[in-house]
Amino acid sequence: MDEINALFHGFSIALTPFNLMLMVIGIVLGVLIGVLPGLGGANGIAILLPLTFSMPPTSAVIMLSCIYWGALFGGAMTSILFNIPGEPWSVATTFDGYPMAQQGRAGEALTTAFTSSFIGAFFAVVMITFLAPLVAKFALKFGPPEFFSVFFLTFCSFIGMGKEPAFKILAAMMLGFALAAVGIDTVTGQLRLTFGWHEMMRGFDFLIAVIGLFGIGEILLSMEEGLSFSGRDARINTRIVVETWKKLPRFWVTSLRSCLIGCWMGITPGGATPASFMAYGVAKRMSPDGAKFGTGQAEGVVAPETAAHAAGTAALLPMLSLGIPGSPTAAVLLGGLLIWGLQPGPLLFVEQKDFVWGLIASMYLGNIVGLIIVLTCVPLFAAILRIPFSIIAPVIIVICAIGAYTVNNAMLDIWMMLIFGVLGYAFKKLAYPLAPLVLALVLGDQAEDAFRQSMLISQGSLGVFFSNGLVGSIMGLGLLLLVWPLFGKLKARLKAAG
Amino acid sequence: MSEEKISGGSSGGISMRSAELVVAAFLATIGGMVIYDSVRLGAKWGADGPEAGYFPFYIGLLICIGAAVTVTGVLRQKGDDKLFVEWGALRQIMQVLIPVALYVLGIQLIGIYAASAAYIALFMVFMGNYSWIKGVLLGCAVSALTYTMFEIWFKVPLFKGEFNPLPLIGL
Repeated sequence: MDEINALFHGFSIALTPFNLMLMVIGIVLGVLIGVLPGLGGANGIAILLPLTFSMPPTSAVIMLSCIYWGALFGGAMTSILFNIPGEPWSVATTFDGYPMAQQGRAGEALTTAFTSSFIGAFFAVVMITFLAPLVAKFALKFGPPEFFSVFFLTFCSFIGMGKEPAFKILAAMMLGFALAAVGIDTVTGQLRLTFGWHEMMRGFDFLIAVIGLFGIGEILLSMEEGLSFSGRDARINTRIVVETWKKLPRFWVTSLRSCLIGCWMGITPGGATPASFMAYGVAKRMSPDGAKFGTGQAEGVVAPETAAHAAGTAALLPMLSLGIPGSPTAAVLLGGLLIWGLQPGPLLFVEQKDFVWGLIASMYLGNIVGLIIVLTCVPLFAAILRIPFSIIAPVIIVICAIGAYTVNNAMLDIWMMLIFGVLGYAFKKLAYPLAPLVLALVLGDQAEDAFRQSMLISQGSLGVFFSNGLVGSIMGLGLLLLVWPLFGKLKARLKAAG
Repeated sequence: MSEEKISGGSSGGISMRSAELVVAAFLATIGGMVIYDSVRLGAKWGADGPEAGYFPFYIGLLICIGAAVTVTGVLRQKGDDKLFVEWGALRQIMQVLIPVALYVLGIQLIGIYAASAAYIALFMVFMGNYSWIKGVLLGCAVSALTYTMFEIWFKVPLFKGEFNPLPLIGL
């Protein structure tokens, strides 16, 4: 039981007063980010990242990951009380959560959501504890072709499992790769895609893209919807919590199923949003009360919340063990690792034991702290949502601009943020997905390096990607996922033909 | 290239089809630029391995393919065209977007602190119908708070602008 020992060692690192304080700050900031439109897990962490440069890496990652947990919790709050999903992954929570609040059961709905989130996250953390070291150990044997095949699988699964049109996913993803290629080529030292413009030499920073795409883009979207908050009263007391907890064990099947869906979608980069929709859909089909879904069934809150949190947490598994993030937020955390001077990838488990296990231990603690904070502070956070949009919006934009500037201390980045904001708005409305764009921007250079190194090994033959069983089967799986949408189309066509 | 087709109902707007075509054209342009620069750098197999443009060349190609397939899909689509954005909603968006652009220009000229205070104040007064006093107070408060946080606590200097106005108030 090496993992258990390592985990306890991790607890001894994470459980210092300073780190506990950072956890509380992180969770509170995270919930705030989650309830405010225009600020989400990914861009919230991107904005705060520069402030952690001077902290020890373990403390920094504890605070940033707690912001992430807080954002996951916060999204549910606005969905249930205001029928406005604060985060994309809490859209499915509005289906049954808001009707419950309308019936005066807001407290029950919130308790259900928070508890389910906690269970989903806990399940995923336990999985990370035992699976991540194994994956990392396995991945230590990887060479460049194997790593490229994992990148390939990651990106193919976006195309195979995304609900957007496949060629739009492809275009968005490749745009990310193209932006990643801008700047100095690491192998030959040549300038690529700068078109003689010196400021472009640095390349595009994905943090700027995240702040623009998700932050400014989101504000523009909310503006169009003519945001007006008209929320339900939220009161949670111990009695409601205890009574809700008594009811919840009935939904253990739904809960377990949603945990599994969430973990799967989190590890393969499906992400929290599709996981929550999928879990809701499956629960609706399988539950005896399925027909009543949408009218305020607690089970309809359990399913998406459990899956979203399980997915959000599980997305950290490939980030820690392979250096390949499973979601945009995980990608931002990965960017943090590089800035703090840590090399993400399987070696992290060997060389940075304190960091890895401190982080994993903090996931347990952070979720417990988070559950307590959200259950006790709901009215406080709900009050923030009553601040009018004409005050919130400019303040959020100011925060985004400052965040964009502090990444590289470059004025040009604030202009870039603005351009990415408009792009994010147009992309969202036209069903171009943003997650593959961001992930390609983060992983582009690594993927290209892995590809070029493989090509050097094989003297230019693509056969190297099928040269042994392991790399061949990962590539095969990737190709299968790539053509997966075609099967769906074929089936639909056959059905139409009779 | 884009025909402005206004669908039924009193409120028109930009059609989905035009928006799709504009974005696809934008993507194709970027794809073309990537291919052009990759060929300039050399997109073949050099003496010591793949040249610098080898990988980006295919990236550019795939962007163009993605855009081309999307355009074909849009052109073949028949029937009622949905709206990308209504004129009314577009006006609301512009009411946010144009001030944001001016705000960024403001940062360039007078720095983050002064521009932020002015932006928040003006936004509150013109968009939220608040009084000037409230707007100016909150704007200055937010800027003062960020100044304390960044310049004093974290020692991270932010952009002061090409015409830094802060010395005027003794900072």
